[in-house]
Amino acid sequence: MRTVAAGMLFVVLTAYAMFGGADFGAGFWDLTAGGAERGRRPRALIDHSIGPVWEANHVWLIFCLVLAWTAFPPVFAAVMRTLYVPLGLAALGIVLRGSGFAFRKVSVRTSAQRATGATFAASSVVTPFFFGTAAGAIATGRVPLHRSAGSLEIWFTPTCLFTGALAVVTCAYLAAVFLTAEARQRGEADLEIYFRNRSRLAAAGAGLISAGGLVVLHRAAPHLLHRLLGPGIPFVILSALTGVGVLGLLHKADPRLLRVMAALAVGSVIAGWGVAQYPYLLGNHASIASAAAPMATLETLAGIFVVAAALVLPSLGILYVLHQRGRLESG
Amino acid sequence: MLFAVAPGPPQLLPAREQMAFTLGFHIILVPFGVALTTLMLLAEYRAYKHGDEDALLLAQRWSKVAAVLFAVGAVSGTVLSFEMGLLWPGLMGRFGAAYGIPFVVEGIFFFLEAIYLSVYIYGWKRMRPWTHFKMGLPVVISGMGGTFSVVAANAWMNLPGGITLRHGNVVDVRPLAVFFNRAFWYEALHMLLAAYVVAGFLTASIYAVGRLRSGPSRYRRLGFLIPFSVAAVVIPVQIFVGDVVARETYHNEPAKFAAIELLSHSGTHVPETLGGLMMANGTVKFGIRLPDFASLLAGFSAKTDIKGLETVPKEIRAPTELVNIVHTSFDAMVGTGFALLGLALWFGLVWVRKREVPGGRLFWLGAALAGLVSVVSLESGWVVTEVGRQPWTVEGLLLTRDAVTRSGNVWLFFTGSVIIVGGAGIGAIAVLLAMKRRWSAGAEAGFDVPYGPDEGVEAVTQP
Repeated sequence: MRTVAAGMLFVVLTAYAMFGGADFGAGFWDLTAGGAERGRRPRALIDHSIGPVWEANHVWLIFCLVLAWTAFPPVFAAVMRTLYVPLGLAALGIVLRGSGFAFRKVSVRTSAQRATGATFAASSVVTPFFFGTAAGAIATGRVPLHRSAGSLEIWFTPTCLFTGALAVVTCAYLAAVFLTAEARQRGEADLEIYFRNRSRLAAAGAGLISAGGLVVLHRAAPHLLHRLLGPGIPFVILSALTGVGVLGLLHKADPRLLRVMAALAVGSVIAGWGVAQYPYLLGNHASIASAAAPMATLETLAGIFVVAAALVLPSLGILYVLHQRGRLESG
Repeated sequence: MLFAVAPGPPQLLPAREQMAFTLGFHIILVPFGVALTTLMLLAEYRAYKHGDEDALLLAQRWSKVAAVLFAVGAVSGTVLSFEMGLLWPGLMGRFGAAYGIPFVVEGIFFFLEAIYLSVYIYGWKRMRPWTHFKMGLPVVISGMGGTFSVVAANAWMNLPGGITLRHGNVVDVRPLAVFFNRAFWYEALHMLLAAYVVAGFLTASIYAVGRLRSGPSRYRRLGFLIPFSVAAVVIPVQIFVGDVVARETYHNEPAKFAAIELLSHSGTHVPETLGGLMMANGTVKFGIRLPDFASLLAGFSAKTDIKGLETVPKEIRAPTELVNIVHTSFDAMVGTGFALLGLALWFGLVWVRKREVPGGRLFWLGAALAGLVSVVSLESGWVVTEVGRQPWTVEGLLLTRDAVTRSGNVWLFFTGSVIIVGGAGIGAIAVLLAMKRRWSAGAEAGFDVPYGPDEGVEAVTQP
């Protein structure tokens, strides 16, 4: 049951990384789209593609937090205690991003749109960066379970900065592929080319940073690297294959296939991390078994999870299908 | 809130301020997700049932307001989830296994609410009318479910149960007993009704202001009538439920009740003090005393014995400053509640006799103020339950000073939150005002504005 609980947490985390990650990435492209006139069409596409879904995608994060504190309370407390700076900044980034996006939608004046849009876009880059550094600190075993530790030296390290950068560029990659698919569906050929080029750029960036990350990881957390290249290797390979595969298919494949493959590329990286870390939650000192809540809580969570899957997944399906069929229009 | 409760780590005061600020902010947004959505469905129902164009316009505009405020509420709620861990790791680490269960349930409701609200808001143009209406129903239901879940967690902090402790650690949990704890039903109902009171009066007050400024119109009348009638029906029920809550508090949380009643020593024939302050020596100054009234209200007899603050051991007794905050907030909640009841009765009497809204300027001034008054009521009710529990975070089990974090400079985090979360609040008000201006000018601009310079649209906003 403990492993099941860890698995649920992991599934939710992965879902947030894929869906929320794509929304963050859209913010990255929004930020880099240029001035009001030049960036107008890419921004309109971004707006259209994340408008109806970003709020639902965001809820995965809440679900992840509440699952973590209910199923593994001491680990949640330890992570929050130690990583309060990056996580606090990420939380504030989320406020700026969400409200910036919502306000831009209802702003009319260009100056107001520019201010709210820039807030949304900049915080879409900052937030995943801090999440990434926090994930790096957790993965490399730098978060102690009990003893309080100084915060800065825990997460302000080359490895964590690498994972932060990797998070940003991964989000950008996901979003670029999604937006390419979106542009093709809407028959906007120039935007398709625009985002296709950016997909390639982001993929190259992600590849470079990952490769550099392996070198840094080798020094900072040899244990994790060892496990990543041991039991985690199928996922690493899957990620590389799908990640590169998408680039080859960008020209012709069905947009739906593109989306699935890009999500798979990102999801398998996280799966690889999960497998490499199993059976530990923090580095190799806090095991799933030692940190889990009492059995009754875990069983309840499993029950709630089943109910959630039965209620939420079909609803999410309705939302995405309506969105894809163009039934959710602004106005 | 401005006083350090008991000796504790330096993080205690800023952590409490931070929590008070974000929760106090978030709670104002709750009625819009929970109850404004009901108002918008009522308007939409009327629109389709009677072919009422004004009602349709109201439903569409309210849904846009709900969208903006739901977005801000979602992000401030996220900050709160982070703060649970960032500020109170002692609470989450020790009791997360029990305390977290209602929040996980809330997660489902929040998910459904976010999904269907998106479908509803973006579905106006491309869905059949009654299909669109039905997409709003899950929003209302999950808003209620979410409220109940969050309040279940809060009620558990007031009356924790359903857990087995060994050496202070939770070793077994009875999930149903945690969720449906003894304080759950009355607290949850009280909060749900509060959401309808606030959303109703606040929305109605906008149209009351509009009428005072620009005179009556059919659209404004409808925009006033739908929310005001809902609030007017709910407020007497709320006062009845509030009375039940107070009596349950007398039975279940004697220390909080003693603070509410400003009672330093136990006794019978306890008077009800309206206003007034407790001095350091326990005597009560100022205020109006209604003889025997507190005893009568608590147990329907003047002989009802009420426990005073002296029954609480000195080291965990709330200091006088907090007692005064709890008492004053309670008075503010009840006073504003009765003022709103008076306004609702005025409306009800005139409506029953003439089928018409009272026409006098005084009524409309009152209606225009009712929105703010209802927010004061909501906030003060929340202060009563939160400050009233101090110095406990989980009554009898965990002191606030043991729940608080020991790391970090919370003052900095607090300052950042005030600037950013407060900025989001100001931004929300600014965009809502801008939307209102556009609507007054007859422009339906809302979500369909292309990004980038557009002189034509600029011209509409600068008439």
